[in-house]
Amino acid sequence: MHETDCQSDRSPAHSRRNFLMVTASTAIVPALGPAANAQVAARDVNPSAASDPVGFVLEINKRQHRVALDVRTTLLDTLREHLGLTGTKKGCDQGQCGACTVLVDGRRVLSCLTLAASVQGRSVTTIEGIGGSGGELHPMQQAFIEHDAFQCGYCTPGQIMSAIACVSEGHADSDAAIREYMSGNICRCGAYPNIVAAVNQAKLSMRA
Amino acid sequence: MRPFIFDSAATPREAVETAQAWNAGTNGAAHFLAGGTTLIDLMKLDVMRPERLIDINALESSDFGRIVFGEGGLWMGALVRMADAAEHPQIIREFPAIAQSLQLAASQQIRNMATLGGNVLQRTRCPYFRDVSYRECNKRDPGSGCAALDGFSRSHAVLGTSDQCIASYPGDLAQALIALDATVDLASPSGLRRMPFAELHRRPQSRPDMETVLQPGELIVSFFVPAAPWARRSVFLKVRDRVSYEFALASAAVGLDLSDRVVREARIALGGVATVPWRAAEAEALLRGTALDEAAQDAAAEAAFSGAQAREHNGFKIELGKRTLKRALAQAAVMEI
Repeated sequence: MHETDCQSDRSPAHSRRNFLMVTASTAIVPALGPAANAQVAARDVNPSAASDPVGFVLEINKRQHRVALDVRTTLLDTLREHLGLTGTKKGCDQGQCGACTVLVDGRRVLSCLTLAASVQGRSVTTIEGIGGSGGELHPMQQAFIEHDAFQCGYCTPGQIMSAIACVSEGHADSDAAIREYMSGNICRCGAYPNIVAAVNQAKLSMRA
Repeated sequence: MRPFIFDSAATPREAVETAQAWNAGTNGAAHFLAGGTTLIDLMKLDVMRPERLIDINALESSDFGRIVFGEGGLWMGALVRMADAAEHPQIIREFPAIAQSLQLAASQQIRNMATLGGNVLQRTRCPYFRDVSYRECNKRDPGSGCAALDGFSRSHAVLGTSDQCIASYPGDLAQALIALDATVDLASPSGLRRMPFAELHRRPQSRPDMETVLQPGELIVSFFVPAAPWARRSVFLKVRDRVSYEFALASAAVGLDLSDRVVREARIALGGVATVPWRAAEAEALLRGTALDEAAQDAAAEAAFSGAQAREHNGFKIELGKRTLKRALAQAAVMEI
């Protein structure tokens, strides 16, 4: 495994945030003008302690990523905005739709309600990490294609991550079990019957 | 989300001492972070505004994360994930109401994250509490009023309400714990204390913001559920708008100890209809010594909701709650144990 630096360190947004923090602590804030003043003044809690980026290492898809993040950053935003892993989708961002489902230590969780800093030392798997090393699709991805288990596709990465866990948990024995244990993934297009069919197909090859 | 200081605790002592030291100062609240499914959600919505988060997930490798069947009953650590208790074969067999309450709660993703200790402290789903654009909410901002009283009240409570708050307690596990006479252990820097779980939650009365008797910085350690005669014959029934992944409109946790079909002891807790996990003690008393026939079930249901007060849109919960209780009693009565 090798380490990659967090891309956010080079992104304009992150640079600006670092810049503001540096200028705040060296007391040259007035030089930045009224807007910057307001932004700094709005921090009502010990800003240097509470908002400084914190450096740590995340394991995503068996690769180590060194990141420097505001501790408020969710795992979802870390993946999408800082590591360029945009396969994981932001639906409701409130833990209600399942679009952001990823695996942590093999268990499906909602990345929108997970702070990135709280999964240090754990193994995160996203939709980008489930295929074969030669680019082969995971059996669940293949089954979703073969059964037209999506229309717009926005919920699909979350559906697939959830479905893989549904099978590995042993909750895919019947259509009723699949529906119950996939209920945390909402599909606005209503592809539910096709999703059940896809899980039923993939569970056979996943066992093999 | 507002800024906060984040650190993690390696031991329970470190967790409670850090929280107490912080809370003793002039700071805003320090909160423990476990599964985060309520806390992170409400921090994003600006409803909860902790200034410090103490991540306690590292305690999961200690007794905090264990399920133990011991002398006289079941111990469940506060950091046991909902999914693990829901699918524990011995809990399913010996404490079915506990397993069912967890199986019927949330989604598998959330059950994998959320802990038992956090679950019982879950905050209400009252839309006026969750949306800070409503100025009036005595839970969020004591003394500001209650937008729900004259608002859309379909999801709100009919039992245990006050003129300050009608928000419904949203959880399911708590009702099972109350019906099965659980106790809860709490840790603070001054030591450990144990109390009946039924005494953990406070009715809103004039202070809806004070939802439990937990002191600032106090941490739930574990739950103990005695292997009482009614534990095996227990049921959790949940009625809701969707068949899965939805909060209760009405729920009932019921435990029965029967002798030749006559009720020796009954335990009843109600959810979805009350401001706190609700014990229906009068209904329990009415069932003792009866053959649990329809008349006895009717009398118990009437007693359970005799003090119910509906607002404009939630009157249906009174009839729904009665029927939910009666069905749960009937299901428990015919269980083969």
